[in-house]
Amino acid sequence: MSGQLVVAQDLPWPPSVNDFYPPAVAGPWVTKFTLMVWLAVGLVIIFYMTAYRNPKLVPSKGQWLAESVYGLVRDNITREQMGNAGIRFAPYFTVLFSFILLTNIFSIVPGLQISPNSHIAFPIVLTAISYVLYLAVGVRKHGLFKYLKMTLIIPGVPWPMHFLLVPIEFLQNFINRPVTLALRLFANMFAGHLLLLVFTVGGFVMLSADNLFVQVTSVFSFVMAIVMAFFEVLVAVLQAYVFVTLTANYVGTSLAEEH
Amino acid sequence: MYLAAEGHNPILPIWQELVVGTVAFALLVFVMLKYVMPRMETMYQARVDAIEGGLKRAEVAQAEANQLLEQYRAQLAEVRTEAARIRDDARADAEGIRQDILAKAREESDRIIAAGKEQLVAERTTIVRELRTEVGTLAVDLASKIVGESLADEARRAGTVDRFLDGLESAGAR
Repeated sequence: MSGQLVVAQDLPWPPSVNDFYPPAVAGPWVTKFTLMVWLAVGLVIIFYMTAYRNPKLVPSKGQWLAESVYGLVRDNITREQMGNAGIRFAPYFTVLFSFILLTNIFSIVPGLQISPNSHIAFPIVLTAISYVLYLAVGVRKHGLFKYLKMTLIIPGVPWPMHFLLVPIEFLQNFINRPVTLALRLFANMFAGHLLLLVFTVGGFVMLSADNLFVQVTSVFSFVMAIVMAFFEVLVAVLQAYVFVTLTANYVGTSLAEEH
Repeated sequence: MYLAAEGHNPILPIWQELVVGTVAFALLVFVMLKYVMPRMETMYQARVDAIEGGLKRAEVAQAEANQLLEQYRAQLAEVRTEAARIRDDARADAEGIRQDILAKAREESDRIIAAGKEQLVAERTTIVRELRTEVGTLAVDLASKIVGESLADEARRAGTVDRFLDGLESAGAR
């Protein structure tokens, strides 16, 4: 009985923010998170390189998988959001999608068990690129002044309304878009990990309780953990899809001729 | 326990991670866009071409087959019409020939019948003439025997017999 108590005391209960910041492997540059990012980069490159080492018209399994991802991003996201003019962005979006998807899936991979995207630094990096991309595309296509006018001024409203609308549009397009893009991905991964922690660690805590009834009830906690793991997969795919779709949408509005 | 001890605020990024994330992702994007994605788009286009080209070829073949079918159908219809026409012609010809033969046969039979009738009439006339002579002679002979004298007065005799015979004939005709 005393052994169980010791175990219970060792468990990180309740889960806290500190669970997201494990001790560094070797200084601030080599942590679990930076290593996971390098791992993701390596895996994505290796996957696509091997799948596309010798591409054929009738694809092999790996090639087919790689092309399915590309086809999804190219046709279902890029063309849907930007039309045929946006196809040239599809390769970047495919890389973005693959990277986010893989790093999100890390949250349920045994041994890793957490997504790098639950550290806001990585979503910020990805968002910054999307932000710069859609601003640059807009400015390059229309010129700085016309792009700003096009973005901020809604045509066909009475002019006094612009005192209200211009700040709103500015907030909407230049502040809210990147902030929500980064926060959405980060928060989903953060919350997902927290949920898994709650049910998994909570299960162990219940198992090491003194009360037999509580110990038996821990089964439900573990079942929930498994359900949540599947749910986490769904969220991982969905968030990768949403991130890329929104980026494509933003770049698409920069390319558009109208407001 | 480098960071865990400090109780890091999750909303604030760790700047080392920003750097690592940027470098790592830039490397990923560079490698992928340079070595993988161009081939991917090329292959994608090639496949679209292959599939759509195949579809187009199939469509062309289909159209050609349809055209051939139409052609054959038209030819068949033409041939059918031709055959029907020939059959009708033949039928009409046969009918004509039959009518011709019938007409000829009827003509022939009429001619034969007419000839027969003529002959009969001629024979009858001859017979009647001969009989008349004979009957006259017989009657005169008979009368001479009965009367016992010769009725040699030719003119009177001929007139008598002829008148008698005419009386007979007109009685027969009545």
